Formats: sequence, C-alpha cells, structure tokens
Amino acid sequence: MENTNAVKSFYEDSGSSRTGIMSWLFTTDHKRIGLMYMYVLLAMFVVGVCLGLAIRLELIAPGKTIMEAQTYNAVFTLHGVIMIFIVVIPSIPAAFGNMILPIQLGAEDVSFPRLNLLSWWLYITGTVMALFSLFTGQGAPDTGWTFYVPFSEFTTTNVSVAVIAVFILGFSSILTGINFITTIHRLRAPGITWTKMPLFAWSLYATGWIQVLATPVLGITVLLIFVERVLGVGLFDPNKGGDPILYQHLFWIYSHPAVYIMILPAMGVVSDIIPVFARKNIFGYKTIAVSSLMIAFAGSLVWAHHMFTSGMSDTAVLIFSLLTFVVAIPSAIKVFNWTATLYKGSITLEPPLLYSLGFIFLFSVGGLTGLILGSAGTDIHVHDTYFVVSHFHYVIFGGTGFGLFAAMHYWLPKMYGRMYNKKVAKIAFAVLFVGFNLLYMPLFVIGLQGMPRRYYDYLPQYQTGHMISTFGSWILALGLIIMFVNLYKGYTKGPKIGRNPWGGSTLEWQTMSPPPLLNFDREPDTSRRPYDFKGVTPDE
Amino acid sequence: MSEHHQEHHILSIKTAGTVLGLLLALTALTVAVSRIDLGFMNVAVALTLATTKSLLVITYFMHMKYESRFFRIIVFICFLILAVFIGMTFFDVAYRHGG
Repeated sequence: MENTNAVKSFYEDSGSSRTGIMSWLFTTDHKRIGLMYMYVLLAMFVVGVCLGLAIRLELIAPGKTIMEAQTYNAVFTLHGVIMIFIVVIPSIPAAFGNMILPIQLGAEDVSFPRLNLLSWWLYITGTVMALFSLFTGQGAPDTGWTFYVPFSEFTTTNVSVAVIAVFILGFSSILTGINFITTIHRLRAPGITWTKMPLFAWSLYATGWIQVLATPVLGITVLLIFVERVLGVGLFDPNKGGDPILYQHLFWIYSHPAVYIMILPAMGVVSDIIPVFARKNIFGYKTIAVSSLMIAFAGSLVWAHHMFTSGMSDTAVLIFSLLTFVVAIPSAIKVFNWTATLYKGSITLEPPLLYSLGFIFLFSVGGLTGLILGSAGTDIHVHDTYFVVSHFHYVIFGGTGFGLFAAMHYWLPKMYGRMYNKKVAKIAFAVLFVGFNLLYMPLFVIGLQGMPRRYYDYLPQYQTGHMISTFGSWILALGLIIMFVNLYKGYTKGPKIGRNPWGGSTLEWQTMSPPPLLNFDREPDTSRRPYDFKGVTPDE
Repeated sequence: MSEHHQEHHILSIKTAGTVLGLLLALTALTVAVSRIDLGFMNVAVALTLATTKSLLVITYFMHMKYESRFFRIIVFICFLILAVFIGMTFFDVAYRHGG
C-alpha cells in the first residue's frame, strides 16, 4: 500500500463510537454494508451449493439413492428459494453495488445510509425466517421456489413462514433499489455526467427501477398465498370464482423481471472489466447504457412466456412469444459490443477477464436456448423438462454467478488492499468452467429426450446424462473450493497492492486500497471518460 | 423536508363533501352493477368503477392535484405501469375461451 500517512482505511475508521462487531452491525458505511451482504450471501451460497450437490447425488441413479421423495421435494425447494431470493437477487447489486457504486460516482456514501442499513437488517431477518421455516411447523416447504397454487395453499408444510420471509426479502430489495436510483440522480460528483458514468452504475440504475416497480407485485402475491392459507378467501380457487392462472401471472410479473435484476448488474460488471483488460475504450458506450434500460423495460413485458402450457389463451401465447424475441435484441447488442471491444485490443488474460469471458460464453448459451423456450411451438415440447433447468442455470449461474466471481476477482483487491494468487485463480476458473459445462450440458440432452424436471425418479434411459451431470457437479464444487480458498488466502495474507492494480480508469481506482471512510483521500479527477486509458498504467 | 413543504393545501368542505358524495354514489353503483351479469364486461365495469374511485381519492384526498408537476408525472408513470401489467393479463383472460 502507498504511504497514505494520516488517512485511515474504512476498517480502521468506522465513523462511529462503536467498536468491534457492533461497529459493523450498526454501520451506515456503504462499504461495510456491502461486505456484510457479501459474507452472508456467500455463506448462504455454500448452503445452496450443498443442497444442489445433494440433489445431483440423489439423481445419480434411478430410485432412492440418499433421501426419500418428500425430503427431495423439500431440498429442491430450499435450493431454489435460497439461491434465488437470498443469494442471486441481492448478489451483485447489494454486495458490489454498495461497495463500489458511490465510489464510482465520486460520492461519500449512498443517498440514504440508514435506509441502507435497514435494507441489510431486513435481508438478515428474511434470511433467518427462511431458515426458520425449515425446522418449524410440519416440515420444510415442498412447493418449489415458485410457490404455485393450488398446491401451496393446501400443503401442510411450512409454506406460510417461507412466503413471509420472501415478503421481507422483497422489502430489502426495494429499499436498495430506491437508494441506488436516488444516489445516481443526486450524488454524482461534479463532472460525472450521465454519459461519463461507468456502465456498472448504468446497469444498477436500470436494475433499481425493476426492483422498485416489480418487487411490490411479488410482495402482494406471496402475501395472497398467506391470506389464502389462513383465511381461504378463494382468489385462486375456481370453486369460489377464483383463477389459479392469475397466481402464475402475478408471480411472473415480478419473477421474470427478477431475472434481469440478477443479470443486469453482472452485465455491468463485464462492461467495466473488458475495456480494462483490452486497454481499449468500450465499443458503443451509449448503446450498452441504453440497452440496459431497454432490457429493464422490455423484460418487464414478457412474463407469461413461463406459462405457455398453463392453459392461458392462445392470443396471450402469441403476444408474449413475440415480446420475448424482442428482449433478445438489447442482450445481443451487449454481447456484440463486448466482442467488438476485445477486437484488436491489447488483451491481458487476468482472472477478472477470464471470468468475464466465461460469463459471455455461458450467458450466450443460456440466452440462445432461451429463444427455443420463448418460441411457443418448441416450448410445448420442452416445457418443465431438464432443458429448462439447464437453460436457467446457464443464465443465472453461468451469467450472474460468473459475473459475481468476476467482480470478486476485480474489485475485492480494492476492498481488502491485497491481491490473491493469480495463477491459482486461473486454475480455479478452468476447473469451474469444465465442471459447469459437464454438469449442465447433459441436462439439455436429457431434457430434449423428455426427462421432466423436479422428478424424484426416472427411467433408466436417462441415467447416463444424470451420471455425467453429477460427476460434473463434483468438479464444479472442487473449482469453487479452489477459488474461495485462494481468494480467502489472498485477502488475508496476499501481497499488498497500490491504488490501481489493474490500470482501471474509473474513480474507484484513484483512491487508496482499501478506501478511507468517506471514500477519497484526495480530490478525484472526474474529467476523464470512464474507459479512456490514455496515460493510465497498472501499478507495478 | 419542511423547507420544501411549507404550503399545505387545505381542501374546502364543499370540495371534500362533493368528492365524498361521488365516492358514495360510485360505491352504490358498484354494488348495483355487481347484481347484473354483463358477461365478460363484469370485470371491465368493476375495474373502471374502482379506477375512478381511486383517482378521486388520489386527486383530492391525497392532494395530488395540488402537488408539483414532477410528482404528478411520477405517480402517473407508476399507475401507467400498473395499467400495463393489468391490461396485458387481459390478453389471456379476455381470449381464454376460444381465443
């Protein structure tokens, strides 16, 4: 670290009279809150991965392998609820958005620091309640993460507590969205105009609007399940004049845009990383920025493509299928622009870039197979098969997951002031990439062959695919262990770094590592465009 | 906050009374219409009446009429989005039989 003399990092100066753990739990510093989000969601990620490994192990052979059918139902429900609501949705925005966004804007903190802390506490409350639902009542929820009616209304398992947990987690997400939108509008430093804002900030801006506008629909929807379970009003019960498909509409009005809450920030991470390691200005800055908003807008109008086989009208199937194809356009714009940025760049294959390239490949596979599902004709055949399971794991794990790993390799050195072992990071990437494809690629094949999702048992003809997939899950787990151990060792004992280890040109690379409490130890230079690398060199 | 909100518009008793009367009349109309079977239009009529009532409440009782243009635009956008969400579900509900 450079000689910063009297300026203390945010670890040494908490800005309050509290010390020790209390200075973290009641902090209003965005960096500390971001790190706390990261620690909790990574812990929950480990839980989710273990549940996923258990599912794969159960499916290695037909019939019972390690658990009963009812346990299996609960395990895949928990895997979904934990991974979606507790890990993936808050992952990049809540953790890295909090850590990095205010610094990128040249601000001292987010607009509403105390609201930010409240978001974190709501997140913790929701997480604890979700875990609480496993061990109380009459068994862990067994509905799948979608809580579809009528089953979720009548199952005796602990769905009521789980949906309230989701309701609380939703509030946390809304408050984070409000905070980021306001921060971007109000706290940009003089000189950081809209078109000089890093693309990560743009992606968080688009994400923030989805969080604010779509999440309340989820809140109401899960609350309605609770009301149905307690009072039996009959909103979704045809015998009482209700409509079960209405539930699916309400659920997906939030949960499809939620996919963009997950993926947009990861796209922002990749847009920030690629120019740095290609030493080249990003290709099509404005189109990438606008395509984030287009994805947020168009992505909010495609929800019923999850419902082509639900019994809804053919007119709706036609319209939502068409709209789904429209949303592919802004996503493809981004992929094209990233590739064009790399073209003739001076590329250095550092770990953050490797994970970003992994993102582009895996997200493209996920995105293109999404078109097969978005096309109503083909969707009828593969709906609710392992094809869908593989598609969304390519998008969510291959996309958001690898985007998160890229962010961890790119920005955490700034947060900890230390560097990990780059060679081990590259090995971890290779193992992860191989394991990932071995795990999910066979699922496309057995899905096309007709293997239904969520089934405990299957016909012997699907065993080869399941076996390869389970084998891949072990390789993936090994890759995760190598990656996390390397990052942990790097950030606790690795060599200290200066301000700008990667040669980035956005504002976070102008401050010391780790940054001081109010982010800057000297006035940042805001005259430079975010991806203008003239005269910027990495520290040696 | 107080420096931005010094002026607090007070609704006259006449306006408040008129809006209250309208709301009560619309409520009576809602109940009356619910007794007639209009087929598919049942939902459309019920939603139109409910929307009119909420517009009255938002405009007068929640003082949106007297707020700045910026706030009115923001609230309008939120309701527009809600209308789009509800409207698009009608591509399903309205055409489910035979569509």
